[in-house]
Amino acid sequence: MPVIDLMSGFVGELRRAGLPVSLTENLDAMEAVKVIPIEDREAFKYALGATLVKNSSHWRVFETIFEVYFSLRGSQYNIVDPSEDQADEFWRDEQDQAQLGQGEGRGAGGGGLEALTPEELANMLMRALMQGDQAMMRALARQSVARFAGMEPGRPVGGTYYLYRTLRNLDLDNMLAKLMEAGKASSQRESTSLEQRLAKDEYEMRIEQFKKEVEAEIRRRLVADRGAEAMAKTLRKPLPEDVEFMHASREEMQSLKKALFPLTRKLAARLARKRRHGRKGPLDFRNTVRHSLSYGGVPAEPKFKYPRPAKPELMVVADISGSVAAFARFTLMLVYAIQSQFSKVRSFVFIDGIDEVTKHFRATEDIQEAIHKVNTEADVVWVDGHSDYGHAFEVFWERYGKDINPKTTVLLLGDARNNYHASQSWVVKEMRKHARHVYWLNPEPRSYWNTGDSIVGEYGGHTDGVYECRNLRQLEGFVEKLV
Amino acid sequence: MTNAFASVAQVRDGLKKINYLADDGIAGVVYLAQRLGKPVLIEGPAGTGKTQLAKSVAELTGARLIRLQCYEGLDESKALYEWNYKKQLLRIQADKTSDSWTEVHDDIFSDEFLLTRPLLEAISAPDPVVLLIDEVDRVEVETEALLLEVLSEYQVSIPELGTITAKQIPMVFLTSNNTRELSEALKRRCLYLHVDYPDMEREKEIVLAKVPDISANLADQIARIVRSIRQLDLKKAPSVSETLDWARTLILLGVDHIDAEQAKETLHVLLKYQTDIAKAAKELSVDE
Repeated sequence: MPVIDLMSGFVGELRRAGLPVSLTENLDAMEAVKVIPIEDREAFKYALGATLVKNSSHWRVFETIFEVYFSLRGSQYNIVDPSEDQADEFWRDEQDQAQLGQGEGRGAGGGGLEALTPEELANMLMRALMQGDQAMMRALARQSVARFAGMEPGRPVGGTYYLYRTLRNLDLDNMLAKLMEAGKASSQRESTSLEQRLAKDEYEMRIEQFKKEVEAEIRRRLVADRGAEAMAKTLRKPLPEDVEFMHASREEMQSLKKALFPLTRKLAARLARKRRHGRKGPLDFRNTVRHSLSYGGVPAEPKFKYPRPAKPELMVVADISGSVAAFARFTLMLVYAIQSQFSKVRSFVFIDGIDEVTKHFRATEDIQEAIHKVNTEADVVWVDGHSDYGHAFEVFWERYGKDINPKTTVLLLGDARNNYHASQSWVVKEMRKHARHVYWLNPEPRSYWNTGDSIVGEYGGHTDGVYECRNLRQLEGFVEKLV
Repeated sequence: MTNAFASVAQVRDGLKKINYLADDGIAGVVYLAQRLGKPVLIEGPAGTGKTQLAKSVAELTGARLIRLQCYEGLDESKALYEWNYKKQLLRIQADKTSDSWTEVHDDIFSDEFLLTRPLLEAISAPDPVVLLIDEVDRVEVETEALLLEVLSEYQVSIPELGTITAKQIPMVFLTSNNTRELSEALKRRCLYLHVDYPDMEREKEIVLAKVPDISANLADQIARIVRSIRQLDLKKAPSVSETLDWARTLILLGVDHIDAEQAKETLHVLLKYQTDIAKAAKELSVDE
């Protein structure tokens, strides 16, 4: 039975992508497949999702793999040219069944598309986007890929390349403006700004949807060419919590940002709970006697002195030069999101000069905005805008060193790539003498430390520990330890 | 269960009839839960109808809803069962003289002296029930373990009485607001359903179904504006229940076409943080 083979391949791929799928969950999925017919693609997908994916942030990864293994071989993506059709018999049966339902969609736009000129194609696309015509958009996506992507079988090029080629030819950036124009022209009266704004959102969403259709079409063709296993491998992406700060693409940054908020909420809840629970202390004699009065002097209800652990004071000193800026941003965001866990948080940023940015965070509730202000307003350049840890630390010590007291924990963030300047590591040594703890967080992989101009070892020797913080998972782990 | 579902579509239509608009994912998982006899763990942002789903399913299947509200410090005696100590004491004192000790001993640990709490009640109920374990993320990790036996075997072990097994398998829904990661053991025993904010079409239908006397035009506009607002980077995006509140507010104010001014003035129904309101107001009045 091919379904079983498909399923085991599918589950294997989920595991390789980093999703924790246990044996029982796998069995559940098999049970689920029995009661949900595979022909009902959407229900089938949700059935697998419900049994195999137990974390909503893993859903996207699941969807992509599902698409490669199941959807793209399905009926609605049937390949028009039969010679390209490599689906096995199991799928062909299915496709035959679905032919009927598909006639409709193809009738709307399929037949004559090959003959169109590029201008006509663009016009049709615009009309389809205006009306939100799903079937037409899908047909057009298929046609544009066939025409513009220039895909050749066996060519070892990733899907993004084809996507880029297709979208470049369609000129979607201008499409939005054109759609807005057309929308304005068609309505009789002057539309208000609110209406325009809503229309813009609507069109943006449709264009986004069209892009997804194009992407799916490219994937479908690649799967047909290379097979599902190979394709799934090239599409494999790290889970949001495993994305490295230093090499994250813009899209990954977005997903990181999204992942950060629920993570901080969970972290704060966990830390607050930790603080409240698991406290054992010596007998509180006075309190016990006071409560014994209501039992006629019998100390029936012993009371204990609960220790109240002091909240640490935090000073974050972050390098915000090019390569490590993203890391500093995320750490600052995380720290400020859980600032109720600290008695006081002060933050400093530097490149070769240093500036205190605590006020930006205090002035607004909105962390994003504060980060933006830090990036634009902080005075961090001294000479040339290349990292100079030595000078930055020296100035820090001069200006703020006296504020470090035995309650303070100092966090130093950066890759310690000092451009061969003087290290001034005595500052870190002094800090450690005065502060409760000094920690260094380095976003570089451990194997890169102390290579080239990285002198993390020299600073690290004077701290209470240097930690590798390449992704959210590691950062979260560290922050929990800190509190 | 009395009314078994025949297909996913039937679940969806049935829920729609009682004003719960499910999407494919929700209907599919509910159907699957009944067919496989597994609990459903529902996660998602607040105010997206997680609890309502359990209530609606109960209504649809004609089952009784038993609800266990979780909170920090919830324990066995509140969730599973408790011995009725006072009654036991009375029983012992009532006939001190007549019975032998062994008789009394056997007697005071019988059904009569057992106080059933929601979990045990759901297990031992003779009629069909839907068990709703609400906000399961509020209990401590250790307390979660209490649920495991009920969820996987549908039985409760009471040392003095033995094991009580379910007469019929109840449908179980657990909801979580995701304030902490639930344990693997719990997740493994459940089907997982993530309920997110609905897409625009569905939200519009929800508004139409839940708010009487609203025009299709206004519902459409409301759904569009809410979608735009959700795309902003906010502290707390508006939930479905807040959308409904907003729709009702607009009806009360006699609005049938929202302009930027009215939207701005009533934003506080939709958003609960001052910074969010300011941001949304700014965004909505921008003309581009």
